Amino acid sequence: MSSFLRLEGVGKRFGEHTVLESISLDVEQGEFLTLLGESGSGKTTLLRILAGFEEPTSGRVLLDDQRLDALPAHRRPIHTVFQSYALFPHMNVFNNVAYGLRVRGCPRGEMTSRVQEALAKVRMDRFATHFPRQISGGQKQRVALARALVNRPRLLLLDEPLSALDANLRVEMQRELKLLQREVGITFIFVTHDQSEALAISDRVVLLHHGKVEQCGSPRTIYSTPRTPYAASFLGKSNLITGTVRQGVADCGAFSVPANLPDGPVTFSLRPECIVPATEATGEHLVPFAAEVVAEQFHGADSLLTLRCAGMELSARVAALHNGGGFAFRAHDLVPLEQE
Amino acid sequence: MGRSRLSAWLVTLPPFAWIALFLFVPYCLLFCYSFWSLDANQQVLHHATFANYLHLATTPLYLTVILRSMRIAFSVVLLSLAIGYPLACFLVFQAGKYRQMLYQAVIIPLWISYLVRAYAWKVIFGNEGVMNTLLQWCHATSHPLGFLLYSPFAVIVTLTHIYAPFVVLPVVASLEKIPPELLESSSDLGANAWQTFARVILPLSLPGVLSGATFAFLLSFGDFLAPLLLGGPSSVMIANIVANLFGADYNWPLGAAVAVLILAMVLTILTLTQKLERRWRAA
Repeated sequence: MSSFLRLEGVGKRFGEHTVLESISLDVEQGEFLTLLGESGSGKTTLLRILAGFEEPTSGRVLLDDQRLDALPAHRRPIHTVFQSYALFPHMNVFNNVAYGLRVRGCPRGEMTSRVQEALAKVRMDRFATHFPRQISGGQKQRVALARALVNRPRLLLLDEPLSALDANLRVEMQRELKLLQREVGITFIFVTHDQSEALAISDRVVLLHHGKVEQCGSPRTIYSTPRTPYAASFLGKSNLITGTVRQGVADCGAFSVPANLPDGPVTFSLRPECIVPATEATGEHLVPFAAEVVAEQFHGADSLLTLRCAGMELSARVAALHNGGGFAFRAHDLVPLEQE
Repeated sequence: MGRSRLSAWLVTLPPFAWIALFLFVPYCLLFCYSFWSLDANQQVLHHATFANYLHLATTPLYLTVILRSMRIAFSVVLLSLAIGYPLACFLVFQAGKYRQMLYQAVIIPLWISYLVRAYAWKVIFGNEGVMNTLLQWCHATSHPLGFLLYSPFAVIVTLTHIYAPFVVLPVVASLEKIPPELLESSSDLGANAWQTFARVILPLSLPGVLSGATFAFLLSFGDFLAPLLLGGPSSVMIANIVANLFGADYNWPLGAAVAVLILAMVLTILTLTQKLERRWRAA
């Protein structure tokens, strides 16, 4: 079975330094995929390999079963929205957007209507004669999007396009970007170091760590069932609880839970919002435990409590102020992690 | 308070004194001289008159020489750009680890005396020179080519050699200022190397080209050593006229008038190019 975009063992080394280690990945047509990772995780290098700015040192990239890595950047049906937007400062908004069509020799009439259509789609049609220095960051962002989309690429790459925007505008642009992607139906590959952005925007998240795929899955899956301690703590807040498994029971000090795991040490992830006051706990397989509230940070909608129980500290996100005593969580929220 | 005023004076005084003494006063003198005249005994008459300027306007020689100087200076600019622009591009985009070395290679000739470099061309272009010997040795010609030396050709080549770095350096500076992601973006949007050059690199480097061309033009236009050493009667330039009027002819008032005329032209060109450059930067 062939997929839309396939990466087979793509690796990249700069001299002695390995940036990417054999990345394999299948991307579906029309998918919104996010490459998530810290700086140095290799996410930008991977994006640059797809765009054609870097050559992989190993592996291959296939688009519709065609070798992509043999094509130079300007012959790939792939466009990039750069972090700095990279708008041409000597051209106005219209000419920036028209650039791709011009260099491909698109007839003038068709070019004009397509550029106007693209500008209207990002609500920048009124700014066609403005120069990049005359418009704001969010507007530049939209122009950069229009400039890429007007060429109807098979694949759109976005390199941290929202990182230069302020927090409110950023959330607004996330929403717009997602709607736009649904509307145009083009496959988006989005790079970010912001885990909440990745969760909010994507169909699927690829978490990269030290040039390897740490975990890959839908935002919900990757959040609720992290595979490794790194994944658990990088995506949202997590309590990492260590314990020992003996004959199907994991002993974590403050509590013991049944665990279908081999004997030996184990690390669990428990999200702070899975811990609730014992009095409010509902559902099956509840694990109650006693803890002392050490600190409380009030966040408006909820409070983050620091709990101490049997020598370990746990974070709990609860709706109302709670003075301690009994807490509980559901056994299946305790996710066993792979040892690193 | 008083102390900081004093130190402010101490800091600003030297440059002001410098400008006053070596720039303002000489130009004022020059300006005054251009309105004076000589009596029958070659003595300067301190009466204001337009006679010198009238003489310049009614003697075709001056216009001829000014036009020739401009033609030579313009040729130097074109030749310097033809050599210097590709060199600057190579230096910025292709040279890699040799970049610093190449950059030094552009600058080092500036440290060598102008005279040495001008005489070097004399050695190369002379009848018994390197060029003619070489051409005769490989039977390209049977007798020495006379037009190589003492001709506008020799002047243009020498001036290009001397002033080309003044073109290369600003062009390098303007090319270096182009963010690399603009070039990636261009190629990402489907432009090949040539289209990226024509639509992105070239337009964004124009301010550098303009300032380099202005440098080379003005320096060549006012040059008098190259035409003196390597040019014949057919390549006398306007600065040679000034030198002659002040020196051999001892007609300082007329010489001053020609100098003021040159100064006015230079200032006009500088103003125009600066205006153009400002407009490009704004766009």
